[in-house]
Formats: sequence, C-alpha cells, structure tokens
Amino acid sequence: MRPIWNDTKDLDLKSGKYVKIWQGPQHPGVTGNMALEILLEGDEIMQLNTHVGYLHRGFEKLMERRKYIKCFPIVCRICVPEPDTNEYLFATAAEDLAGIEIPERAKWLRALNLEMARLGATIMGIGGQAGSFGLGTIGQWSVAHRDLILDLFEELTGGRIYHMYMLPGGVRHEPPAGFEDRLEKVLVKTEKLMYDIDKVMFNNYVFKSRAVGLGVLPKEWIKPFGVTGTTARASGVKYDVRKDHPYLIYDQLDFEPTTGTVGDVYERTVLRKKEVLLSVDLIRQILAKMPRTGSVRTKIPDILHWKVPAGETYVKAESGRGEYGYYMVSDGSEYPRRVHVRGASYTHAMALLEKMAEGVTNADIFGLMVSLQTCPPEIER
Amino acid sequence: MSLKDIISPFYAWKRAFEKPYTIKDPVNRKAADLYRGFHTNDIEKCIGCGSCEEICQNEAIDMVEVAELVATKGNSGLKPLIDYGRCCWCALCVDICPTTSLGMSNDYTWLSEDPEVYRFVPGIDELPWANESEKGYKRGDESWLVNGEREKMPEQEADERKNTFDEFQDGYTDEQAIIEANRCLDCGICVQACPTHMDIPQYIKAIRDGKLDEGLRIMFQTNPMVEACGRICTAKCETVCAVGHEGKPIAIRWLKRYIGDKTYDRKDEIIDLKPKPASGKKVGIIGGGPAGLTAAYYLRTLGHDAVIYEMHDKLGGMLKWGIPDYRLPADVLQREIDYIIRQDVEVKYNTKVGKDIMLEDIHKENDAVFVCIGAQLGTEMPIEGLDTEGVLSGVGFLEKIGKGERPDLGKDVVVVGGGNTAMDCCRSSVRLGSDVKVVYRRTEKEMPADEIEIIEAKEEGVDIQILTSPVKIEKKDGRLAIECIKMELGEPDKSGRRRPEPVKGSEYTIIADTCIMAVGQKVEPEIMKDLDIKLTRWGTFEVNTDTLKSNQDTIYAGGDCETGPDDAIRAIAAGKKAAYFIDKQFKG
Repeated sequence: MRPIWNDTKDLDLKSGKYVKIWQGPQHPGVTGNMALEILLEGDEIMQLNTHVGYLHRGFEKLMERRKYIKCFPIVCRICVPEPDTNEYLFATAAEDLAGIEIPERAKWLRALNLEMARLGATIMGIGGQAGSFGLGTIGQWSVAHRDLILDLFEELTGGRIYHMYMLPGGVRHEPPAGFEDRLEKVLVKTEKLMYDIDKVMFNNYVFKSRAVGLGVLPKEWIKPFGVTGTTARASGVKYDVRKDHPYLIYDQLDFEPTTGTVGDVYERTVLRKKEVLLSVDLIRQILAKMPRTGSVRTKIPDILHWKVPAGETYVKAESGRGEYGYYMVSDGSEYPRRVHVRGASYTHAMALLEKMAEGVTNADIFGLMVSLQTCPPEIER
Repeated sequence: MSLKDIISPFYAWKRAFEKPYTIKDPVNRKAADLYRGFHTNDIEKCIGCGSCEEICQNEAIDMVEVAELVATKGNSGLKPLIDYGRCCWCALCVDICPTTSLGMSNDYTWLSEDPEVYRFVPGIDELPWANESEKGYKRGDESWLVNGEREKMPEQEADERKNTFDEFQDGYTDEQAIIEANRCLDCGICVQACPTHMDIPQYIKAIRDGKLDEGLRIMFQTNPMVEACGRICTAKCETVCAVGHEGKPIAIRWLKRYIGDKTYDRKDEIIDLKPKPASGKKVGIIGGGPAGLTAAYYLRTLGHDAVIYEMHDKLGGMLKWGIPDYRLPADVLQREIDYIIRQDVEVKYNTKVGKDIMLEDIHKENDAVFVCIGAQLGTEMPIEGLDTEGVLSGVGFLEKIGKGERPDLGKDVVVVGGGNTAMDCCRSSVRLGSDVKVVYRRTEKEMPADEIEIIEAKEEGVDIQILTSPVKIEKKDGRLAIECIKMELGEPDKSGRRRPEPVKGSEYTIIADTCIMAVGQKVEPEIMKDLDIKLTRWGTFEVNTDTLKSNQDTIYAGGDCETGPDDAIRAIAAGKKAAYFIDKQFKG
C-alpha cells in the first residue's frame, strides 16, 4: 500500500489538462466555512487542498484570559449543531480538576441533554448529507424536525441553540412539568421521520447510485487519521466512548454501538440513521431509569474567585460526530492555563479528505466531505 | 438497485397532505416559561452593586448613572446598561444578582430601526416587554453563584468566656480567611458606607492573593488603627454588603483583623513610612483617642509635627477607657498606638485642657489645633435617686474596668440603656460575677447596640427587659430598689424611632446591688470656653462638616465632640479628614 501521508503527485500544471477551482469558503455544501482548492482533470479530482482559517475565533486562547465561569458561555459556541458536548466536557474537566462530584440526578439530566443534542444534530446531519447530493426535501424535513427538538431544549434549558445548561457542579435547573410527555411525543415523531427518510432517501435509486461505493474508508486508515464516531464504526472499527469508556450514567444503559463493514458514504449515512434511533432508545431508557428526586447541582466554590487546583486532565465524550475531548491544564490560578479542544472531525477532516478526494468527481466532493462529519468550527477553535 | 428504489422515493408525496411545520405568527409566538429572553430589572430592589457587570463575559453590561436616581448608603445609584450587540443571553448576570432584581422575560422579538435602542437600562427605559415580565428566566431563591454562608469565627463558648476579661475570639485561620475572602463579589459598595472609605475590596483581594503586606499598606492609606477596628468596628460596611442580601455579609471586620494579626510585628518594615519633607508647621491635637491618633499619624505623613495633649496617662481615648479587654485587649491597642507614636508624634500626658493648660496657649504654640476630646460625660436621666450609693455612670464604670480595676458590684446588677456602652457594661458585669439585667425603654429592634453585641450578651446570660424605664432609685435594706415602669411605643419621633410612652399603673420594683446608667454621653465643652468656639444646641462643637473647621481660624474639631457619641471608625474618619484640611490650609 502506498504511504497514506507525505506523498505528492507530480502533475504538470502547465500541460493544459487541468483546471483549478475553489469550492468555498462560502458554499452550501460546506458545513461551516472552509475552502477546498480543487485541481480537476475533466470531472475528476486530481488533487485537493483544504484551507481553513475562515472561522477562527480563538476560543482556546480566549479561555486563558477568562475565569472558569466566564468560559462556560463561550464553549458552547465551538459547535453550533451540538453545543452540549462542549458544555458537558468543559464542566467535567473543571470538576475533575477541582474534585467536584455532581449529584446523581444531574448526571442523568446531563445524559438526557447530550442524547437530545445528538438527536438534533444527527437528524440535521442526515439532511445535510441528503442536500449534498441534491435531495433538498430531506434537508427541509430534518431541519423542520430539529426545530421540534429545539422547542424541547427551549423548555428544558431556556435556550434554543446555545443551551448553557450544564455548568460546573451540575445542571442549571429542573426540567419543567410535563416535559417528559412532550419529549416522548417528539420521539414518536422522530421514529416516524426516520421511517419516511428510509423510504425516500435510503431506498432511493439516485442516492444509492451516488453514495454506494463512494469514499470507501479502509479500516487501516482509521487509526492513523484518528477517525472516530460513526465514520470509524462504518468501517468496522467498533469504538464508542459511551460503551468503551462509559461516562455519566451510560454504563447503566443497555445498548450496542452501531457498526458497519463497508465504510462508504452510504453506510456512514445509514449509521447516522441508526444513531438517531439509538438515541431515541437511550432517551427512553434514561427517562425510565432516571431518579425523580434529588438535587440537580452541587455547591461549587465561590465562582468569581474560583481557583482550580493545579493539574491537567483529559476528558472525552461521544458526540454525534465521534470522540470529543477537552484537555485542560490549570496552574492553580483563577484562569485555565490551557484548554485544548479535540473536535471529533478535527483530526481527519483536512488530511483525510485530501487523501480520499483523489479520483472522486467534482459533483461528489461535498457528499464525501459531509459524510466525514467535517465541522470547520471545531477544526478552528 | 431494484425497482423498489425507484418507486420508494415517491413516498415523499404523502407529506403533501400533512400539516406543515410552520408557525403562523412567529413574531407573537410565546417562548417557553424559562426562556432567557430580554432583560428586566426591578429598580426598587437593585442596589447597583455591579456584580452583573463583573460576571458578564462579553462586557455587555456597563454600570451607568441614571438621572432620576442618586446614590445612597448601600446603593451605588448606578444601574446596568445592557448592550444587545454583545449580550449572549447566558443569564449569568441574572444568576449572580444578589438582590434578585435582574431577571429575564420570555420575550424575544423586538423590532426597531434605531440601533441605539438596543443599548438600554432595563427598569428605567421604557421597553415593550416591561409589563410582561413574570415569565422568563429568573434566579431561584437559592443562588448558586453567591455564597451567603459566613465562615464561623473561632471563639469560646458563652459559659467559658463569661468568666474572664480575656479576648474570646481567636481570629480567622489562614484557610478560613481565604474562604471568607473568596465570598466577596468585589462590588465595592462597602467603600462608600465606611466612614473613612477603606478600600475594602482591594484588601480582601490581597488576602486572596496571599499578599498580606500589601493588604496592610492598602488599609493604612485610610486607617492607621486597623487592629482596633478589626475587633470593635461597628462595620457599617457589612450592613450594606451585597452578599448580605443573599445571606450573611462578608465578615469584613474579621478579615481586617486577620491582616492586622498577621502583620503587626512587622508593621514598621511593611509600612516603611516616608513622611513628606518637614513643613515646619506644628499641630496641637487635644485628645488622644482614635480621632487624635489618626490625625497625628496622617499629619506626620504629610510632614507636619503633631503634639497630642492627653488628660490620662495613656492614649487611646474611648478605645482604651470605654471598651473592655474581652473585645479589645489592652496590649493590642497599645502596640497599635505605639506604632503611631513612633512616627515622631509628641505626647503630653496627664495634661487636661482647661485645667493644666489653656486652649489659648495651645492655639498660640501651634499653627493649628484639632479638638477631639470625645464625649466623656455620662448623660443623666431626669429621675430621683441618681446620687444613691451604688448607682454608677456607664462611662465611669468602664473607665475603671479599663484601668484594670475589678470592682465588686454585688450579686444583682441593673444596666440602664440599650447602646454599645450599655452592652459593654452589662457584659463586663457578667464577667465580674453578677447576675445582670438590662433595662431598655424601647424594643430590641430599636436598640442602638450592634446586633452581635446583643446576641452575645444574651448568650452570656444577660436578661434584657425591653419596654421598661426606671423612674426612681432608692436605698432599701442596704440594697437598691429600682422602681421601673413599663412602656409602650407611640408615634415615631425625629430620629424615626417610635417614642416610648409609660403605661399607667405598670410600676414594679427591681432589687439590685448596683445600677449602671448607660443612657448616653455628652461632650464637656466648657474646657474650651477661653476661646469662643461655637457650639450646637446639643453641646457639640459646630464646624463646617466638609472641612471640620470651627468658627475660629485654624481650630478644627472632630470625632464624638463634634458628632455626639458615635463609633471609633467615624472618629478615625474625622481625624483623617482634619489632617487633610489642616494640610490644605497650611499650603494655602
């Protein structure tokens, strides 16, 4: 096998055979801002270079100048579709360093929140995948359905997009009365939506003919590129942080990670659908098993002068796109010395895409890109 | 691929017959009850502490002056101005608000062509959602960002402490001081309430940072008697503390004491006073109490000579003669005074003005005079039998205690009065082994003594009889028969307190061995009669309250002799102020 990195093709750019075009940074196919510099021969991509930097907000650096509590409203902004993973990990990292144990009920509510976020993000992701192949209808269905989940978030957390619900020490408040019933109604609708999408997208000649066999990701590439989540599981690497390194209450839930074997765009998308149904199942389990009484947050140190003990920690969780991690270093002051965010697609979205793009047609490049769960906001924190 | 894959997508048509997801009127859609929408502020409750501004990570909040509102003690008069170009609706400002005044409505649509309106002061500016603010995100009763639990001062139990005049509070440990300092919200609302405007947030920060030397230096900028104040200050700062709205205010006084306790033995080295070049001017200070000592210290820092005329053989004034050792140990006070005297302050002991030296002479000898003779005379109640043997004046009794005397008061003691002097008298009497009753004519709520003094006195077994006033004292079988009458509260008087009125026929007699009258003190202005200093109708010196200057040029007066009986910190503030304005006058 050819080495999968550090190889360059010797192309004679003056031969007149090639056309160079730019896709992005503003392009509906890019989930965020990122530019693809594409060298085409006919319709086939010979070489692809990714360009990031359009979305850099410097969150990691900002956090070094902010007290811990002031970082809490920032971190959610690292990922728009699924901000809760950031909230959870930031809170957990700080709690880990400070040795704070959160109440049992807060753990369940956090897990509920994370699964709801996964649901919303993954449904929208399926819509994005469909959209990248021109199936706009699915995109409309999924975004409209995501709104129902956002309504629930609005009730639970007080915010629709940035929930700011999981804070160091627990969660902000109790769910409102009747929340669980309304959640269940949305879960039923979600199952129905998945049935519809299955009919219209996964059993669709056009989608199949474009997605099946496209962007096959060999199992051997998973580890070198640090691929995780459904992208890795579709290639047969059965790794799910929820199962392999259970956090919160995931060890008390009964589930099997979704897996595939082929590792093409089609399978990766199917896995997202399975992931949605798994989330529905997990939410139901959480609602069934969650303790109904008890505190939702614990006493935390005086927040304006909270000095987190010196140390370092890495905490991780399974986001909708794969392993999300926060590496936090404290020097014992009121400010985090360093926070590094490992976005799920950060590891592979540039290098792997460049590698896999070779031989793909220009029309399919966004289908491939979206299937790798590329998320520019988490590449540039 | 199969035929099914071609037909199946037509399933999408089914949706054409379904109800669409759209919201008919998105502008008037009501958000969830807990939605973090537009800000509201209850101006009645808001104290302008600025905690919202402090915690806002977007710097979207500025505390601004509002035309209609003025600052009062405990209310800065500033109100939060919110910039919706910056706000991220995280609601930390709502969560930290110690008074729960700041909230959020669940309104979230606001259309205007004028971008300026999106910078506004909630509660002041007229806003479309002002009348619908019941719903939306509100802080719960229990705050998770403000800690209302005070760190407990290590102290002896009442049974133990009531047998000794030794100090019964040990002072905070290092850990306790940091825990307590961490509760501070850094709002600085206390600074204004402190008569001498100590920079409280900064010295609390110094404790947090472990820089106690710096803390002492900060305190000395406004107060050279930190050890005494750390023990007996009436702590006006704590009454306005923003955290006090959530629970117990920050123990500012104990934190001050902590710095003092940890640094007193290195004070010379830490403060390292470098006075301004000698001006050749000399100021006579009449009275070596807190006002006089403070004035002497700051006059020295400004390069002027200071000479204190003290009628006793020791300095300290009411701190020395009015406050028993269990609250302020003599050695602590003495080392604090010694530090001030070491700054080349001249003291003439046993020199009573009006007797040993005349004011006129002092006036001639010095370039300016600061009169701070305090209010040393006990006020007398207009009742019969005050000259009976066994009836003492509160200040006279405390002076004896201050001198180290331990008089035998007999088994039963009655203390008349409800101020801090009365509390000092009754608690000292307890320590002398007597059973003590306090007789006060109003209710406990109206007692001018500090709340903690009343609580501690009760813990030590003092029986406080409220709504009671003595009418006659006489000797009966070798003991005192104190005839009292029950009172009831009528209309509020000028001081705002309800006037006590006697209930007819409710007289009863208390038998006691000693009766201590601690019903107030007054100034002894006669000693100044050789220079015609103007007096108020209450017998205090009349001065310009801004400069403390009397009707005589170069004669200033401050402290209790100007305000009437008050606390140490106001005397210290007067001393500092006098030093400043005397210096100003010298410079022209």
